[in-house]
Amino acid sequence: MTYSFPEEVLEHVFSFLTSQNDRNAASLVCRTWYEMERWCRKRIFVGNCYAVNPRVLIRRFPEVKAVELKGKPHFADFNLVPEGWGGFVYPWIVEFARVYPWLEEIRLKRMVVTDECLEIVSKAFRNFKVLILSSCEGFSTDGLAAVAANCRNLRVLDLRECEVEELSGHWLSHFPDSFTSLESLNIACLSLEVSFSALERLVSRSPNLKTLRLNRTVPLEKISKLLQRAPQLADFGTGAYSAEIRPDVYSSLQEAFSGCKKLKSLSGFWDVVPAYLPAVFSVCSQLTYLNLSYATTQSPDLIKVISQCHNLQRLVVLDYIEDMGLDTVAVTCKDLRELVVFPSDPFVADANVLLTEEGLVSVSQGCSKLQSVLYFCRQMSNSALISISKNRPNLTCFRLCILEPRAPDYLTFEPLDVGFGSIVENCKELTRLSMSGLLTDRVFEYIGKHAKKLDMLSVAFAGDSDLGLHHVLSGCESLRKLEIRDCPFGDKALLANASKLLTMRSLWMSSCFVSFGACKLLGQKMPGLNVEVIDERENLNLLPENAPVEKVYIYRTVSGQRLDMPDFVRIMGKDKNGVYNLSLCDKGL
Amino acid sequence: MSSKTSEFTTYDLNLIETELTLGLPGESRGRKLAKKRRSIESFDDIRSDATKCPLDEKQAIGWPPVTLHLKNSNFKFVKVAVDGAPYMRKVDLELYGDYQQLQCALVEIFSYFTLVIVFIENALSENNLLDVVNGRMYVSMYEDKFGDWMLVGDVPWKMFVETCKRIRLMRRSEAINAAPRTSSRGSNLSIF
Repeated sequence: MTYSFPEEVLEHVFSFLTSQNDRNAASLVCRTWYEMERWCRKRIFVGNCYAVNPRVLIRRFPEVKAVELKGKPHFADFNLVPEGWGGFVYPWIVEFARVYPWLEEIRLKRMVVTDECLEIVSKAFRNFKVLILSSCEGFSTDGLAAVAANCRNLRVLDLRECEVEELSGHWLSHFPDSFTSLESLNIACLSLEVSFSALERLVSRSPNLKTLRLNRTVPLEKISKLLQRAPQLADFGTGAYSAEIRPDVYSSLQEAFSGCKKLKSLSGFWDVVPAYLPAVFSVCSQLTYLNLSYATTQSPDLIKVISQCHNLQRLVVLDYIEDMGLDTVAVTCKDLRELVVFPSDPFVADANVLLTEEGLVSVSQGCSKLQSVLYFCRQMSNSALISISKNRPNLTCFRLCILEPRAPDYLTFEPLDVGFGSIVENCKELTRLSMSGLLTDRVFEYIGKHAKKLDMLSVAFAGDSDLGLHHVLSGCESLRKLEIRDCPFGDKALLANASKLLTMRSLWMSSCFVSFGACKLLGQKMPGLNVEVIDERENLNLLPENAPVEKVYIYRTVSGQRLDMPDFVRIMGKDKNGVYNLSLCDKGL
Repeated sequence: MSSKTSEFTTYDLNLIETELTLGLPGESRGRKLAKKRRSIESFDDIRSDATKCPLDEKQAIGWPPVTLHLKNSNFKFVKVAVDGAPYMRKVDLELYGDYQQLQCALVEIFSYFTLVIVFIENALSENNLLDVVNGRMYVSMYEDKFGDWMLVGDVPWKMFVETCKRIRLMRRSEAINAAPRTSSRGSNLSIF
């Protein structure tokens, strides 16, 4: 006897499944569930825009309201991906405009977005609400003007670290007077001035505004006005935090901040003048997120602020905080979950601040809820890493960057294998790890053996031989993203673990010893992978098969070769027509 | 061969180091770095140190892994191509205060494919690099935002930063028709 739930019941049950992984699992149960699930999935996440193509996506999911896409590999943030590589969102937007007129949310990361894309978005989707562009480029303020002018129901416009061609600041004035639905505006990455009066009017008519992150050009003297108009703000980013020291400016600023009873997140602080910092004291105890990474001021000033932030959960700060400041964090911020310390002077070898491994050890001791660390420093020791791992076995994300490549344990001059080994052994829930310093194949042996939940690994200037790479690929069961630069890893480990690559989102290897021949072989052997050789040298065909490629980016895909490659990108091992898996596409999978 | 040291600066990159420049970028030469602490008077102090030339260690591209948005200042990355080099580089013009600092940086990052580059300070014009091994001379040119190819050094530095889109170190033999004729103060070349 077969039975099934009525469709309405299944649909209702599925509506409680929010995570994409859960929905994917449900869709594998049986044909009925697959069909039911695909009709009611509203939110789509595509971690690699080239893993699938728009046609496949819209054929499977006809009723999508929110899409999130990621384009370039992570190392693009550090200039390792040449301009023009790809990640063009245009073909997706065109398809969405055709098929999803009720699309409400678009989130893009490391993609190329043109003004034309933004214009289409602004006109094709009647109920468009959320636009979040993270590390994107390719558009200008004209595109923003189109969004402002046409998206009547926009709630979120969030430009996170985008490269925008700024033709003028006038775009903000394109929000019509009738537009009142704004909840979140983040323009911190823009460098041109926007009209303050337009901004003030916009804030005044946005009663639901919760997030406002200004750019550097908004002067400190004018912030009070904005805060007075929006005392309901939960997340605020100042502009340049500097002005002539004037008591009237200070007191209105202080008063304005104290009126923000709901403020939980604070950022901005460019060009900070320390005398104005106490103006935020009244909100410090409310804060759960504080970003001082633009606050170029010395430790004592930073400490005065942080020592009042008893409820802080996430702190981002420059290494001006120094070990002394981190001691304060360890004592004050007992609820801290995430610590990020950026380098103030990353390109200078000599230490300009007294920030060492001790600061991090101190925080690991004092902050029992600490889960996530991104720490730039100039020295590290195995003993410090071991202490950290024993203090904080609950770490889920540990990213350590010792500025000098291949720097050894500064006390013993040994490699840091044992230290990082201790991290992966003790922190059993670790999902993300970035390593630096002097590391041999040994550390990869530890990682392969212990890091069973590791999802993402970043490696630079490490290892001795292919064995290192082999340990990782064969041991890390949960690994999905691996990025490697300047390591002596070559063909053997890669080819021996070819099938592992199908279980991963992507593998990036640059300045390693992977040869053209191996890339070709891998591409031929594995039709489910795109093996992209990214190489800007001329006359590549004159190089022998065993010559190493500059960069290789390997990712699984059901979409076959991409058609938008620049001349310095070659997909290896496929024939000219190679659109693999056309048959699977036609089956609507 | 008379070497008038006052008339040129040999930017000797330590031959042992440069012999391995075709290897992996950012290789540490095992030098122990002295740790100094200096008080920070102002942010300008910190910035000006960063523009000192030459840098202690060769800078690997994209290392350390800090995103551009961490920088407090604006940035302006332009491509730099050198005729004969296997790949181009990108430099952030905002990091440098004047033409001389830029020249230092260019000499530094293009040392990888030639053993010694001599920087001629006052001879001829300031923007000529002499590749000793090949005996070639390079002329620095740039493409401005109007698409014209110009000689580096003519306009004030700030204007150059604003208008420069890309830089090319062209072999002098090719540039001879494009660049303005230099006067025949070639006697300084007789040292080679």
